[in-house]
Amino acid sequence: MQAKFLLEKVGYEVEASGTQGRQRILSDVGITIPAGQIFTITGPSGSGKSSLLYLLNLLRDPTTGVIFLDGQNMAEMNVLEVRRKVGIVFQKPFMFKGSVRENLLLGPKLKGSESRYSPEDLLEMMGLEREMARKEAILLSGGEQQRVSLARALANEPDVLLLDEVTSALDADSACSVEKLVKALCEEKGITVVWVTHDMEQLMRVGDNSLLLIDGRVAFTGTSDEFKHQYFPSKREMNTELFTDGRL
Amino acid sequence: MSYLSVILALSFVLVAVVISVRENLELEKDLMIGTFRAFVQLIAIGFILKFIFEMEKWPYIVVMIGFMVLAAARNAEKRGQGVKNVFPMLLLAISMGEILTMGMMLGLKIIPFQAQYVIPISGMIIGNGMVASALTLNRVKAEIESRREEILVLLGLGATARQASSSTLQASLKSALIPTVDSLKTVGIVQLPGMMTGLIIGGVSPLVAVKYQLVVMLMITSTVSITAMIVAYFAYSKFFTERHQLI
Repeated sequence: MQAKFLLEKVGYEVEASGTQGRQRILSDVGITIPAGQIFTITGPSGSGKSSLLYLLNLLRDPTTGVIFLDGQNMAEMNVLEVRRKVGIVFQKPFMFKGSVRENLLLGPKLKGSESRYSPEDLLEMMGLEREMARKEAILLSGGEQQRVSLARALANEPDVLLLDEVTSALDADSACSVEKLVKALCEEKGITVVWVTHDMEQLMRVGDNSLLLIDGRVAFTGTSDEFKHQYFPSKREMNTELFTDGRL
Repeated sequence: MSYLSVILALSFVLVAVVISVRENLELEKDLMIGTFRAFVQLIAIGFILKFIFEMEKWPYIVVMIGFMVLAAARNAEKRGQGVKNVFPMLLLAISMGEILTMGMMLGLKIIPFQAQYVIPISGMIIGNGMVASALTLNRVKAEIESRREEILVLLGLGATARQASSSTLQASLKSALIPTVDSLKTVGIVQLPGMMTGLIIGGVSPLVAVKYQLVVMLMITSTVSITAMIVAYFAYSKFFTERHQLI
């Protein structure tokens, strides 16, 4: 199993607002994220899930420890190249003023190149109509905007997609279609997906391997099946109660 | 105008004091302090200018302008709390506005290098530069704060800090330039500007006063553009690390 990311004793701190001290967000995180699979990250609110994604995209640098991407120390890599190789999609879709086409051409335009995929091809990949390219992006529904956000990240032809609770604001149908799309991307194009989710059922449906973070520390890492056996031994419904019912 | 007339003009402040008391604005103390400071500062500068005009030596002019730039940068600094190294940045921006605009005026022989021209016009350049830099600084901070989501999406797509701040820079520069553009459009219709009014009161022909006023307004447009651009470009970079990360 080839590692896409390898994290060694990664710690991340920020200046605590309103005080002189620093707040520890992640401590001693050591994990391997395999290439070409869907790796899910879960944990209670404030456990450091999104911060970990930011480190993988170099939107932040770790305070301690090292992260390797394809065997290279990320601290020594060109930030802009990493971000084009490692796409990120946020929880709330953000559309820029202009057409869907303009939004989809943004990534390649920023680096001054052209994408292998046309905006229409990207929309089709996302299960959207090709004609949508002409529409005003901010007028799309939440589900459509999130799929356009995914397509926009894919226009950079990334090796990795980081997804930060991308379906949490969507209805069940839209969430389901995004899941299918991401799984297909992973299987057909070999893209590594790191997916932060609160939804335990989603984690089981999409994740090959999973990480549970509690207070910024690794509480569990292994396959999603092992995760299920450890935290949901009975057939009780899996939901976010895992984080509030006292088991963790 | 006699000194007695100036003292009698204090009654105008009393109108503002009465309104403040009546409407519970609690501005009476500030009005009194403000009036006192205006008297002291203007009388002091009157004596200093008289001295410099009589000496007519370039080092005095340079020291005076340096002092004005320092005071302007110190005042604009209040708008930049939380921005690293804001004072040197303002000092540079306001100085550049003064050097380039005054350089053009002297180089094109629009005014001669004499204290009575250089100092008052520098005052206008530096004053407008101060307002423009404070406006720009304020706007850059507010824009970056309100556009965090947009900036993060752009950085995530591989944008440089400069590319991700493009909308912020545009909005900030516009906000600094709009008051100047508006005053260019309305001058002579809505208002007669201070310099022109002063010259006319001083007995200069309105047509001559108009010539000076036109030069001054165009000069202010140049100053505001130069200062706002320097401040905007320096200020946005303070919100990013060298690795294009939003702080």
